[in-house]
Amino acid sequence: MSDSLLHVGTRKGLFVVDGPGAEASVVDAHFVGDNVNLTLTDRRDGTWYAVLDHGHFGTKLHRSSDHGASWEEIAVPEYPPKPDGFVDIDMWGREREWALGGIWALEVAPESPGGLWCGTTPGGLFRSDDRGEAWDLVDSLWNHEVRVRWNGGGLDQPAIHSICVDPRDPARVTVAVSSGGVWRTLDGGASWNPHTRGMVAGYVPPEQAEDPENQDPHCVVQSPTRPEVFWCQHHMGIWRSENDLESWVELKAKPSSFGFAVAVHPDDADTAWFVPSHSDQKRAPIDGSVVVNRTRDGGGEFTTLRAGLPQENAYDLVLRHALDIAADGEQLAFGSTTGNLWVTDDQGDRWHTVAHHLPPVYSVRYV
Amino acid sequence: MARVVFTRNLQRHVECPPVTVDAGTVADALNLVFAENPQLRGYVVDEQGSLRKHMVIFVDGEQIADRRGLTDAVPVDGEVYVMQALSGG
Repeated sequence: MSDSLLHVGTRKGLFVVDGPGAEASVVDAHFVGDNVNLTLTDRRDGTWYAVLDHGHFGTKLHRSSDHGASWEEIAVPEYPPKPDGFVDIDMWGREREWALGGIWALEVAPESPGGLWCGTTPGGLFRSDDRGEAWDLVDSLWNHEVRVRWNGGGLDQPAIHSICVDPRDPARVTVAVSSGGVWRTLDGGASWNPHTRGMVAGYVPPEQAEDPENQDPHCVVQSPTRPEVFWCQHHMGIWRSENDLESWVELKAKPSSFGFAVAVHPDDADTAWFVPSHSDQKRAPIDGSVVVNRTRDGGGEFTTLRAGLPQENAYDLVLRHALDIAADGEQLAFGSTTGNLWVTDDQGDRWHTVAHHLPPVYSVRYV
Repeated sequence: MARVVFTRNLQRHVECPPVTVDAGTVADALNLVFAENPQLRGYVVDEQGSLRKHMVIFVDGEQIADRRGLTDAVPVDGEVYVMQALSGG
């Protein structure tokens, strides 16, 4: 398997890209016409997973055990019936439906051979131990007294979109919720605590600005080699924790700290990439220029990378799952809602256009 | 026997030819179909048994009233059409 192999989930199918740097090209397509939100490769057994959202017909999960030669539909997480009398009113004043909306995170649970974690809307975290044949709701988080105060962020309902399994201990799992903060379990999901100290929300009254459930982390990643370091692209900007989530420190990047995606280097916790947009109010590149920000010193300084990227009349937005870094730490890829896809094989010093005419890109993931 | 017909858009994802069932309500009719075709269930209703938001069901040309419990009556020899709404999805 090539270390350049890439899954690109889009509004109209799953596209497979291969080749390093300038040689990268689309080599295969699956589910053409269907909405593919997210993919996962379980590198232990090579299984591919794809999340399809059929709109009218709901969210489905498909699995391939032969690298895409064939796919089979597997189970999706299901919410339990709401207990009689349980009050769960959403921010719109409506009774929250306990039913699967979308799947927003899918990760391997390494302590179990077929283990998977799945983050969903309206805020449920699920676990499978049999490659997605069956799923169990993580009751401890769903039943946490604060969970009913999670709100929508982009969607009408809260989404668990980031799941970081700690390389030191797979029972330590961190999840991030739009909009509901950052939560961690140290005991395999039996209990959860919020970890948002230092984060500030500007979209609630000032006295609520530091409440954990009001934080809207757009994406959280954990350093594989210094797991006490986390990076967060938050709705309000960029935050970093280097003390194992005890606290977060805000970082300022130019030309903007607003965005959705973040990637951290696999071997260097101080090196991370962001794709900035103008602002919350104007979710488009600044002055029509697509850029990537890279820091190599833990966020002290950011270098704005432009080589190979369109610098005029470009209005691409890059969503939270649409940036990824390969295991070699040299190759990165990102795709936009305008259907452009770019890759680099030198950490972003120069970018190469893979495609201009893909459907809107939702996720980019190295296989 | 009532006849249950599914939108052609659904056939692309799950095989679901028209079937005849002996049922008094829409819920009974669908449950009989799903018993024979379990994969189809999640495409039409959510895990609580409610009709998916952008799906509609007609019984003899009338849109059903109870989207949550699907308790609308199905006449003997009635026709149940499971369609997707033009809106949303």
